[in-house]
Amino acid sequence: MTELKLPSIDYAALAPILIMLGAALFGVLVEAFVPRRLRNPVQLLLALAAVLAALTMVILNADDRLITAGHAIAVDGPTLFLQGAILILAAMALLLIGERAVERGGAFVAHAAVTAESVDDRRQAAGAGGTTEVYPLTTFAIGGMLIFVAANDLLTMFIALEVFSLPLYLLCALARRRRLLSQEAALKYFMLGAYASAFFLFGVALVYGFTAGVPDRAAGVDFATVHAAVGESSSSQVLLFAGMALLAIGLLFKAAAAPFHVWTPDVYQGAPTPVTGFMAACTKVAAFGALLRVFHVAFSGAAWDFTPVLGAVAVLTMLVGAVLAVTQTDIKRLLAYSSIANAGYLLVGVLAPSKDGLSGTMFYLVAYGFSVLAAFAVVTLVRDADGEATHLSRWAGLGRRSPFFAAIFTFILLAFAGIPLTSGFTSKFAIFAPALDANQAWLVIAGVLTSMVLAFPYLRVVVMMWLSEPGDATPTVTVPGALTSAALVIGVLATLVLGVAPAPLLDLATGAAEFVR
Amino acid sequence: MSNFPFLSVLTVAPLVGALVVALLPRRSPDLAKLVAFAWSLLVLVLSVAMWIAFQVDGDRFQFRESYAWIPNWGVNFTFAADGIALVMLMLIAILVPLVILASWHDAESSKRSVPVYFALLLVLECTMIGVFAAADVFLFYVFFEVMLVPMYFLIGSYGGHQRQYAAVKFFLYSLVGGLFMLAAVIGLWVVGGKTFDWQALSQADLPTDTARWLFLGFFLAFAIKAPFFPFHTWLPDAGGAAPAGAAALLVGVLDKVGTFGILRYCLPLFPEASKWFAPWALALGLIGIIYAALLAVGQNDLKRLVSYTSIAHFGFIGVGIFAFTTQAGTGAVLYMLNHGLATGLLFLVVGMLIARRGSALISDFGGAGKLVPVLAGVLFFAGLASLALPGTAPFVSEFLVLIGTFTTNKPVAVIATLGIILAAAYVLWMVQRTTQGTLNPALTEVDGMRRDLSLREKVVVAPLIALIVLLGFYPKPVTDVINPAVRATMQDVGRTDPAPTVGSVQEAAK
Repeated sequence: MTELKLPSIDYAALAPILIMLGAALFGVLVEAFVPRRLRNPVQLLLALAAVLAALTMVILNADDRLITAGHAIAVDGPTLFLQGAILILAAMALLLIGERAVERGGAFVAHAAVTAESVDDRRQAAGAGGTTEVYPLTTFAIGGMLIFVAANDLLTMFIALEVFSLPLYLLCALARRRRLLSQEAALKYFMLGAYASAFFLFGVALVYGFTAGVPDRAAGVDFATVHAAVGESSSSQVLLFAGMALLAIGLLFKAAAAPFHVWTPDVYQGAPTPVTGFMAACTKVAAFGALLRVFHVAFSGAAWDFTPVLGAVAVLTMLVGAVLAVTQTDIKRLLAYSSIANAGYLLVGVLAPSKDGLSGTMFYLVAYGFSVLAAFAVVTLVRDADGEATHLSRWAGLGRRSPFFAAIFTFILLAFAGIPLTSGFTSKFAIFAPALDANQAWLVIAGVLTSMVLAFPYLRVVVMMWLSEPGDATPTVTVPGALTSAALVIGVLATLVLGVAPAPLLDLATGAAEFVR
Repeated sequence: MSNFPFLSVLTVAPLVGALVVALLPRRSPDLAKLVAFAWSLLVLVLSVAMWIAFQVDGDRFQFRESYAWIPNWGVNFTFAADGIALVMLMLIAILVPLVILASWHDAESSKRSVPVYFALLLVLECTMIGVFAAADVFLFYVFFEVMLVPMYFLIGSYGGHQRQYAAVKFFLYSLVGGLFMLAAVIGLWVVGGKTFDWQALSQADLPTDTARWLFLGFFLAFAIKAPFFPFHTWLPDAGGAAPAGAAALLVGVLDKVGTFGILRYCLPLFPEASKWFAPWALALGLIGIIYAALLAVGQNDLKRLVSYTSIAHFGFIGVGIFAFTTQAGTGAVLYMLNHGLATGLLFLVVGMLIARRGSALISDFGGAGKLVPVLAGVLFFAGLASLALPGTAPFVSEFLVLIGTFTTNKPVAVIATLGIILAAAYVLWMVQRTTQGTLNPALTEVDGMRRDLSLREKVVVAPLIALIVLLGFYPKPVTDVINPAVRATMQDVGRTDPAPTVGSVQEAAK
């Protein structure tokens, strides 16, 4: 007779996750019961308060190193660091999402069900209040991401993946203008995302099968079991390799790594810009948090086998991102390809199996998140009567019209290009150094070469803004509201501070860079 | 006095000045110019004080300061100057005020903000001083890269014809070199014991293969910066498009970072690799001397012509460095200083001519000496200095390079001598076509061509002419400073000078 044992649950350690999910549920109730005109401020405050509360709990839990909820959740250094990063970046994204001063009614459609390009659609585009369901959706997504980076078995990870992906698919479809583009983006993201999830799930099954084939051990998909099985198995490894490959596909899709990147430019372009910023910053943190955990904790014993393959993926990702960025004419697509290339750099960090590699990758994620959110914040401001002017030719001479914002954007682009005294440089260093230390010189050389290619599109935008004469089509920069200003200031300051004085965050990342198993 | 933190103050001061100038109201350009000029004079005074405080027979590195920056990676703000760096710092401090004075009206012709132009010049000065004063490889790299940004905007925003193309080309070329160097810097950090301190790294024992790769990474960056053949194609474009003052700083100082980097980083950190690659480097230097000189002969654009002459001169400097003798090395460093003075002067004078004529094409001039005799005279003098006429400073350095090279490698010295002849050709022909001969009638119709040098312009050229003549006759104060540093560098490489071969001289005499 087996005794049913209830798993012990450390509620304090789970508090950040519970707070976010609870706030999301509460947000749904707000939708139902609060009058329409009050919903936006209430929802925004609720979401921000939840993020702050969760962040406080993460900070209070800072010294936790434990596995709880029946081996489903690991609260350790990387978990807490990445959860903190997701929460801070999500707070910035929420500020952008909540902005109502730049465009009447905000960046989101009033009624998602209105047919695109219809009369009603044009009426709502002219300034009806935007939908406020975006807040609970965003909060659900944040909650899912918090679980994703903490998941200690593959099934929990899969559920977390779905919890944060489904709201994102919806959010992509909610742009106020260019609705067709937005809906196309959502559909594309959903279809491909569903494929990726299926791959992931199939991978989980295969890995379970592999662990079941190891004699004298219980089968399971928690990382400790998988790790032990990888270390011991003398049986056929076909299941292991196939499972690992399928899991990797699922995760690399979320990370926007080539060749699973094709959705990125379309989705980045079609989604409402605040959501794009949210995806570029937070989804990246979550996806790489999971990649780090899966490959450093569960499969570390097979590092010899996956490193060359993931290395090839990294090189391909950097190449694709950098080369295709050169040909882009839309600023959002350009940033999308740049984010693909950055996924490649991050993979280099994932493949450096050391404490420095882990802390460097986490540092990179935070630094990049701040810069990319600031970049998309500027994109939301450059607009004319028809909404955001994202075509690059429209940015010509922006430095003359609005030198302040052009200077800010130039600074962010220089950070992306990796010029010293910006976080872009320190984070590249934080990743390349451990990679060289781990004898992955080829990855570093590929990273350096693609950085050169990637510098060209960034520089082209700088040239556009400063050295070209403004034309009639040059839009003006809208004066940002307090929320966008706050997000912009945080992003730019972080980019500068992490470039000039990265030591505190590096210390934090180094202190956190140890998984529990 | 030697405890005064000269180097950090010198680095920070121009930056503070730049902030002050940039914050001045856009409508009062004259105030901005005055403040910028006064600030650069202040830096000059400080540099002179540093020169006096430098003990010629003291340690190799002086004025050392070190503050922690990123302890996780062992990065420090470490500054220290040897004789070579000191000379370059002095050159910057002298050139910048003159450039500011010479560019007095340059920014007005463009529609851009005048204070920003002078603020950018001061930012550039800050990064240039930082790059020569750094004794921490990471810090050096930071300055090396950041230096691109102000120069990019100087060319791109205030330049002439094709400025966008030139600015982007300049930036991309330098960035490519810089990124290769970044890979090498990280590699050096990994194999050199996770430190960036120059002194610790120069003691590190590196595996031969690794050292060669790292050398290549650094050398590529410096060869693009200098620039050596075949990485030179950005310079004529950048030099041709930049405003004259910025161009003078570009070839006068910025490019020296390349040769300085080779002396400070490539040779001492990777001595074996330096020797292994020396024949290739010498070959690049020689090709540069001949090829760039030939191209200079064929130029019809004054600024491009001066840019090509610089590439030829950098060939000489490269030969001097890789000859591995104290004489040639001293010659090369002296050349870096003299070239900065002579080519800086040439660029400024050419800029004055172009500003008057409104065109940079040689064919638009002709007989200009009849209209502006003093300007033409200064141009002639600058040209003579540039072709290393005895009595001018560049002669001393060119001569030292050649005899220093001759003692170890005769064929190289002989081929390099050809460069002198070609130099005479391009300089004299250029002078003849612009200022001599029959007066081009179109010139008389241009108002500007009737005004000879103004007082401001005379103040700009006078100190440079004086220094060129002075150092031409009495280079000892400078060589005294350079010599110990170069000797120490050559010891790092493990080369001692060949003993004077009295016997062979006597045999030759028979």
